[in-house]
Amino acid sequence: MAPQSRMKGSEAIIRALQDEGCDVIFGYPGGVVIPFYDALLDADLRHVLVRHEQGAAHAADGYARATGKVGVCLATSGPGATNLVTGIANAYLDSIPIVAITGQVKSDLIGTDAFQEADTTGITLPVVKHSYLVKEAAELPRVIHEAFHIAATGRPGPVLIDIPVTASLAEVAYKRSDALELPGYKPTVRGHVKQIRSAAKAIDEAERPVFYVGGGVISSEGAPELLRVAELRRLPVATTLMGLGAFPETNRLSLGMLGMHGTVTANYAVHECDLLIAVGTRFDDRVTGKLSAFAPKAKVIHIDVDPAEIGKNVEPLIPIVGDAKHVLAALAKELEALEWSPEQTAAWWAKLRGWQDEYPLHYEDPTDGTLAPQFVIEEIDRVTESAAVICTDVGQHQMWATQYYTYAFPRQWISSGGLGTMGFGLPSSIGAKVGRPDATVIDISGDGGFQMTVQELATAVNYDVPVVVAIINNRYLGMVRQWQDLFWNKRYSQTHFERQPDFKMLAEAYGAVGMAVTDKDQVADALREAIACGRPAVIDFNVAAEENVYPMVPAGSSITEMIGGVAPRRRKKS
Amino acid sequence: MKHTLSVLVENKPGVLTRVAGLFARRGFNIEGLAVGPSEDPRLSRMTITIDGAEHPIDQVTKQLHKLINVVKIRDLDPSGMVAEELMLVKVSAEGDKRSETLQIAEIFNAKIVDVERRSVILRVVGSAAKLEALLELLRPIGILEIVRTGSIAIGRGKG
Repeated sequence: MAPQSRMKGSEAIIRALQDEGCDVIFGYPGGVVIPFYDALLDADLRHVLVRHEQGAAHAADGYARATGKVGVCLATSGPGATNLVTGIANAYLDSIPIVAITGQVKSDLIGTDAFQEADTTGITLPVVKHSYLVKEAAELPRVIHEAFHIAATGRPGPVLIDIPVTASLAEVAYKRSDALELPGYKPTVRGHVKQIRSAAKAIDEAERPVFYVGGGVISSEGAPELLRVAELRRLPVATTLMGLGAFPETNRLSLGMLGMHGTVTANYAVHECDLLIAVGTRFDDRVTGKLSAFAPKAKVIHIDVDPAEIGKNVEPLIPIVGDAKHVLAALAKELEALEWSPEQTAAWWAKLRGWQDEYPLHYEDPTDGTLAPQFVIEEIDRVTESAAVICTDVGQHQMWATQYYTYAFPRQWISSGGLGTMGFGLPSSIGAKVGRPDATVIDISGDGGFQMTVQELATAVNYDVPVVVAIINNRYLGMVRQWQDLFWNKRYSQTHFERQPDFKMLAEAYGAVGMAVTDKDQVADALREAIACGRPAVIDFNVAAEENVYPMVPAGSSITEMIGGVAPRRRKKS
Repeated sequence: MKHTLSVLVENKPGVLTRVAGLFARRGFNIEGLAVGPSEDPRLSRMTITIDGAEHPIDQVTKQLHKLINVVKIRDLDPSGMVAEELMLVKVSAEGDKRSETLQIAEIFNAKIVDVERRSVILRVVGSAAKLEALLELLRPIGILEIVRTGSIAIGRGKG
């Protein structure tokens, strides 16, 4: 039997976190979590004091995405907990493993509208993978063990643990828990052998196959297996926004991203393919556009660890429930046993290369003395040699970051996909840098989103977390403005920021390095300087105000109906 | 088509909220829901009736399965299950109405569980169809109040 020792519930929380391998917590104190913070003083567990609880949740999320480990955040009851909600929902929509711990009022006060009481488990119910309200201190070790297990296994996701202060104060005999009382939780990891064989056969017969891969490949650590399968049969690979980095964009088989702002080639490929191999992805509307017109000529193989995703939006011919890494490894084995000639897909590749040549990404330099936002991203790519961890906010800059940076590794791209959370960039970059101090971490933000969580600059400075923030500053809520431009008759209602702060001075006020760049020739130098200075740095890039992200599939249209897909030089030729 | 789901869940606080919340969130419309203890004190059994034409039953069961506290789900085959519902009906029983009510009750094997000067309470167990038929006959007499448990169902034979 494991040794037991008596301690307070608050100490047991810390011990259990340590036993789960947690090495850092992002948190913010408050009344009912004082016992926890008191115990923390005597514990060997790193704590990063954020400046707003939303930042704690995003930082834990960024940490989890960058490291593959479970991220942990903590907040007090009531407003502390409600401030976490956006971050928890964000992690839920992107299937990111985090454990969120919240303080709760005393057990006997629950339900009385006590000071700083909120029904935290109730409020978060729709956005957690699972949650606990732990009234008995004795349950803490098991619950924390279960929470980490649930967060990280199967389809990952956030788990919330709400702990009344009475449980934190109660005495408990601590024993490391390896118990799981989860009779209803058994994720299917290994795919069905016969289904995998059918998938191999379908790939073997396909003349126009294409991979459509999502974040599941990254969370399962399945990128090497994906590469193996793709290279075995020269299979083209399109990734979703969440899947960026699952397949190296430096590889000739990569078609880049598909969907609303994906490459023309990726979208055409999906439209024309005879076999769509969907892995770790959920046929989201930003990917499929008009669902009835999506991949109309294709047999569909759908591999996902979450059975509920299979058949939710698209009914596959070959469903495979299982972990992407396992299934792809098994698929590789099946394919290795089959004879094959590259001739089979030669015509398909000729077509794909034709599209790539015909429809490259393109932009023009602005003539008003500002920077092209796409150019700034390209420079970030060049300066960091495509090897940085890139975090983003949400909007135009995010889409340009998908298009003009080259992602070659899993966990290199950290962005709010499902929920589309502005303000995610800076705190997630802090979490990523804390988790991977040796990586260059760049937060590409917009001037809108940056201000939603700008206070976390104080956190970065406080803990010496040298992230570089590149603000793609167009003085607009650019993506909404783009929709108003294209679909609302250019009626720019409330999307223009008439007054923005001086971001250079703002950064300096926080104790970070501040820079402002308008000149094309200074972009690379500024980036190099910011990375080299070893301190948190903010670069305000003055970009063209009304540049749009192209290509674009209007919401609800077929993904072949793209606006701005053809480069002007091509248009002139024809 | 109506589906009857027999759902085994952990007997823990908040489980019903999770199930009900899931149905609301995904836009699944519950027609009937009954919960009670099962043969295992750690588990409760829910009988959920849902319109399969309105919602793909496959999605409903898969989403339910994702709840950590849901242990097992069976979509009961209508020909291989026994489904019963309990109903209490308070009926007006003034003058001639009383004897008419008692006659109908006897036909439907309904028990008179309470008699007052102006009303009687009937208790009846049966299929939803039987309960509806009884109500149809009682309506002209004057129904004062109805309360139903929702259907509970069990598969025939072993397992």
